[in-house]
Amino acid sequence: MEFKSLVFYFLSTILVLAALRVITARNPVHSALALVLAFFTGAGLWLLLEAEFLAITLVLVYIGAVMVLFLFVVMMLDINLEELRKGFWSYLPAGLLVAGLMVVEMVMVLGGKDLGLGTPAPHGADYSNIKELGRLLYTDYVYPFELAAVLLLVAMVAAIALTHRKRGDTRQMNPADQVKVKRADRIRMVSMKPVKPEPPKSDEDEE
Amino acid sequence: MDTLHDLLGPAWLPIWTLVKIVAIVAPLMLCVAYLTYVERKVIGYMQVRIGPNRVGPIGLLQPIADAVKLMFKEIIVPSGANKGLFFLGPILVIAPALAAWAVFPFTDKLVLANIDAGLLYIMAITSMGVYGVVVAGWASNSKYAFLGAMRSSAQIVSYEIAMGFALVGVLMAAQSLNLVDIVNHQAGGFWQWYWLPLFPLFIVYLIAGVAETNRAPFDVAEGESEIVAGFHVEYSGMAFAVFFLAEYANMILIAGLTSIMFLGGWLSPFPFLPDGFFWIAAKMSFVLFLFLWFRATFPRYRYDQIMRLGWKVFIPVTLVWILVVGAAMQTPYGHLFH
Repeated sequence: MEFKSLVFYFLSTILVLAALRVITARNPVHSALALVLAFFTGAGLWLLLEAEFLAITLVLVYIGAVMVLFLFVVMMLDINLEELRKGFWSYLPAGLLVAGLMVVEMVMVLGGKDLGLGTPAPHGADYSNIKELGRLLYTDYVYPFELAAVLLLVAMVAAIALTHRKRGDTRQMNPADQVKVKRADRIRMVSMKPVKPEPPKSDEDEE
Repeated sequence: MDTLHDLLGPAWLPIWTLVKIVAIVAPLMLCVAYLTYVERKVIGYMQVRIGPNRVGPIGLLQPIADAVKLMFKEIIVPSGANKGLFFLGPILVIAPALAAWAVFPFTDKLVLANIDAGLLYIMAITSMGVYGVVVAGWASNSKYAFLGAMRSSAQIVSYEIAMGFALVGVLMAAQSLNLVDIVNHQAGGFWQWYWLPLFPLFIVYLIAGVAETNRAPFDVAEGESEIVAGFHVEYSGMAFAVFFLAEYANMILIAGLTSIMFLGGWLSPFPFLPDGFFWIAAKMSFVLFLFLWFRATFPRYRYDQIMRLGWKVFIPVTLVWILVVGAAMQTPYGHLFH
């Protein structure tokens, strides 16, 4: 077997096992961590496909940011799994439908040769797909790209607007005012005459 | 070396790479050990104390004594802890801290893997360090550790954005993600380095680097006076030492990256002096000294002030300067930003 296929099967095995752990783990934190592992091995598979930029972005965005927030939320929730697993099997028909669709799609992608989709030729070691990707994104696909960016911006503004409610009883500080504070605002210098302290009383009971 | 190459055949590449990895990690660990010594000495003198001076001449063997002590201490696992994740925590912290060095160029020839996406790789790998902190804090099953983990994850995620934007400015100026190319693009002496045209980004990167490594004055994840020791309060012995190693390895990494991105890496500041490893070592030492200086000088930030600084000051500053750089590149003054 070629070394590359060996790496592929190694990563795929970990990926499948991690994905199984995501749905079978009893503890939601374990699930979230298994999902992190799944993303990481997925990025490894993309590296094998010469998609370095996408692989690194997957790690940077999904592992470095999205999953941290996921984990953050999951850790703080007190989840009752028994409650959650009630009626688990009633989702089976919908789940089977989704799974069936995904299998069909996978077959269409993997069997692409038979359906007339060729495999792209591999590039040399000096080929940089980051430049190519950037060029395509900002020339041929500039409008879809900008649309996606605006969509994300709207989603972000909406999320903040929905969750940010001003309550009447919260006290907020103004950092600019805090910085502007001078010494004279906070302390008052009082000039006092030096006073000699009274000599201590006789210490009979102290011995 | 050629005879060795012939002798080992196909096993040559992995073995040679392993040798190179050891050649990076072993000196790094030594640097970490002596960075703790330097830190205690420097802060000692800044506070008019002497610092460690008992073990060896002027205390030079103190880090060795500390390491031996930590190795022989018992590792206590709290009874309520999640045992597997409890030990996974330190591993998840140290692994990215070491893996990031794979693409770090010490000179233009001395680099383990000179890959095109080096800058992206470093950003991706360092962004994974937060998992160790979060997992350690959660698995300890302790309130202080949990509070530390939550503070740390919120802080690291916030400052990563500002750091990423600061690096976007660098790659715009250098037109490359390759770390060797970024340094070569700064050739021409002190005034050609990126600290000058990208000055706001340089400052933001330096301060965000302090926050990323959970160092004072941004060390609320540990915050001795509030939450004892934060996320590693339940760790002892070598498990604690691994967190310590990772923190200092990350400090050295941030210092190295600052030298590469903004201070010209291994290039000499004066055109008449030769370039070389000496310069990058000197620059890294300078940045590390700044880290220690900050710790001795500033009181700890309050948590809401940290968040405000990250989101409301650093991110706008970097965004504006990226815009300035991008706009200036379209004008006749573009050469000022290379």
